[in-house]
Amino acid sequence: MSTVIDPPHVADAPDSAAPGATPVPVTRATSSSDVAVSERDPVESVETGAVVEQEGPRRESKPRRFGRSFWLLVVQRIAGAGFVLWAALTLTFIAVQFAPGDTVSLLLGENRNDPQLRAETIARWGLDQPAWVQYLTYLQRIPSGDLGISYTLRKPVGELIAAGFGPTVTLALTAAAVAVVLAILGALVTTSRIRALRPLSNVVELIVVSAPPFWLAIVLQWAISFQLGWFSVVQQGSWQALVLPVAALALPISAYLTQILVEGIDNAMAQPFTVTARSRGISYLAARTTHALRHASLPAIHMIGLIIGSLLGGAVIVEQVFSRPGLGQLAVDAATVKDIPLILGISLVSTAAFVVVSTLADIVGAAVDPRTRVEKEENE
Amino acid sequence: MSIQLANLRLPQPKISRGAGASARTTTVRSGALLRRLAKNWGLIFALVVLGVSLVAVIWPQLLTDGDPLGADPTLSHQAPSLAHPFGTDIQGRDVLVRVIYGARYSILIGIGASLVAVVLGVVLGTLAGVGRRAVDRTISRVVDVVAAFPEILLALLMIAFIGRGTLNLVLALGIAGLPKYARTMRANVRLAETSGFVEQSKTFGVSRWTIIRRHVLPNALGALPVMITIGFGGAIIGASALSFLGLGPQPPAAEWGLMLAESRNYLRQAWWTGVFPGAAITVVVIAATILGRVLQANYERRHR
Repeated sequence: MSTVIDPPHVADAPDSAAPGATPVPVTRATSSSDVAVSERDPVESVETGAVVEQEGPRRESKPRRFGRSFWLLVVQRIAGAGFVLWAALTLTFIAVQFAPGDTVSLLLGENRNDPQLRAETIARWGLDQPAWVQYLTYLQRIPSGDLGISYTLRKPVGELIAAGFGPTVTLALTAAAVAVVLAILGALVTTSRIRALRPLSNVVELIVVSAPPFWLAIVLQWAISFQLGWFSVVQQGSWQALVLPVAALALPISAYLTQILVEGIDNAMAQPFTVTARSRGISYLAARTTHALRHASLPAIHMIGLIIGSLLGGAVIVEQVFSRPGLGQLAVDAATVKDIPLILGISLVSTAAFVVVSTLADIVGAAVDPRTRVEKEENE
Repeated sequence: MSIQLANLRLPQPKISRGAGASARTTTVRSGALLRRLAKNWGLIFALVVLGVSLVAVIWPQLLTDGDPLGADPTLSHQAPSLAHPFGTDIQGRDVLVRVIYGARYSILIGIGASLVAVVLGVVLGTLAGVGRRAVDRTISRVVDVVAAFPEILLALLMIAFIGRGTLNLVLALGIAGLPKYARTMRANVRLAETSGFVEQSKTFGVSRWTIIRRHVLPNALGALPVMITIGFGGAIIGASALSFLGLGPQPPAAEWGLMLAESRNYLRQAWWTGVFPGAAITVVVIAATILGRVLQANYERRHR
């Protein structure tokens, strides 16, 4: 482990590593080609004492892929995700309780003067009960799928979300897949040996990453659908109807991912293991695809959570442009007419999806790259 | 959406922590900046775009003598021409004039939202960074929860509670955007706290408050201009996205996102009504991104 300076330290300050100390967390390199120099700052990666203890004995034993610290991390991540979901529920409960005006009117929106609905709402949300009872029922009700009733659409929120979930998830997942493929191609093109391609693709990436997705959607719709006449008369639900929305959603994300991958490939190509591979006669392309890309994809894996978030947010707008049914359409309508139960339900469901996916991404990232386990623990 | 995408890589200060490291924040060396400017076309482009936008925000009359709200049904949907370089919209209003006046809304909302996010983020991040473990944990968890909501959805949720309107939009976007600033700020404060010069100050018996004020904050805040510049582009996209959805300024205001939304039904007949306002957003965001990257590179060079 790190050369920890022992002498007098102020109690709660983390030990600072001596300049030039070995960056610690390169542990258990899984194969010779996986040894990468940690770029992290020494101090950032110094673990807390507890972690050092866990790491200590394992260094002498045979490198194991998933040791105790990995499972500890898995448990920590899942507990953290559970906490965040609980806190999100609590926060929304507080928001509903303390929003200006009385809660029944807030939940009923336009229908606030309907006495029968009023009575139903009070009974349903238990609004005549003390706050803590309401809170406990809320905590129990929401995860079991009872998200209340949308009083503008006069349907259970759960049903509405279930109906919108499919199209949105299809859109988001397809866009994610397309973005990854485009990003890999883009990164390979950018890092190719044809020097002229680099500035060109940098400019294209900059433009695509900066363009608002709804504008991309409109431009694509105009250029491809109206001018070229492609995908202009398509049935809702067919794959053709998915092409333009997916493109509008995937392009900015792929441009962003490309930037990350290019940086990673550039770094990896300068590493000794790549030089070794090249000296064994492996081609420039193969060196990039089999060696460099693997390293470059690590930071990208950690971006997955953010990417899912941006997909969900982007879907809201892209669905609007292409008049696709889905959660986005529903969310915008709900926000516009102040349909609190509906927008609350949609936010909670997407937050849950977002949290679950980023937790999985963290765990996958840790499984792929031993170094991240240490970092995550230290961040705790 | 790409709100977050443009500004994920916020700068981390690299503080040398050798025994004699200086705690003084380095001032911007304008000479080096100017020299690089001369051969950096991207930066020139960015500065020109941001300069023109600033003029459009402060004094749009300088750029055009048209009226952004002056409808003239006889001029409905004119294609771009010398008289109307960006064409006219359904009501015969000049699109170029509206794009120029639109800068006021879109850019001010963007700046407002970034400011709300930065101020809240910096306060929370600093408290978490210098505070005791319990304070740090509480704040970090709250930030985690805010970050768990997709940005646009959180903004939509807040707007559902507090209602539509320009000010509410700024507030909603600002709160939704706060986590990244809070986290960066906390990390920067922590980094400065563990630096050599803070260690030394402690051994000299300098008080906690003085250390925070004199050493930790100046260093942690050094990255702020970079953060704001990079975050600003994302805030503009977010602002125009919500306006596009009809949740910001209301018609007949000339706001870029709103103009795009209004153009949607007539896109087949008049592409210019949709393409130009969106291009304006894109160009400003590109400019902010370039400037942010240059500032970041400059910052990292100084702190290496």
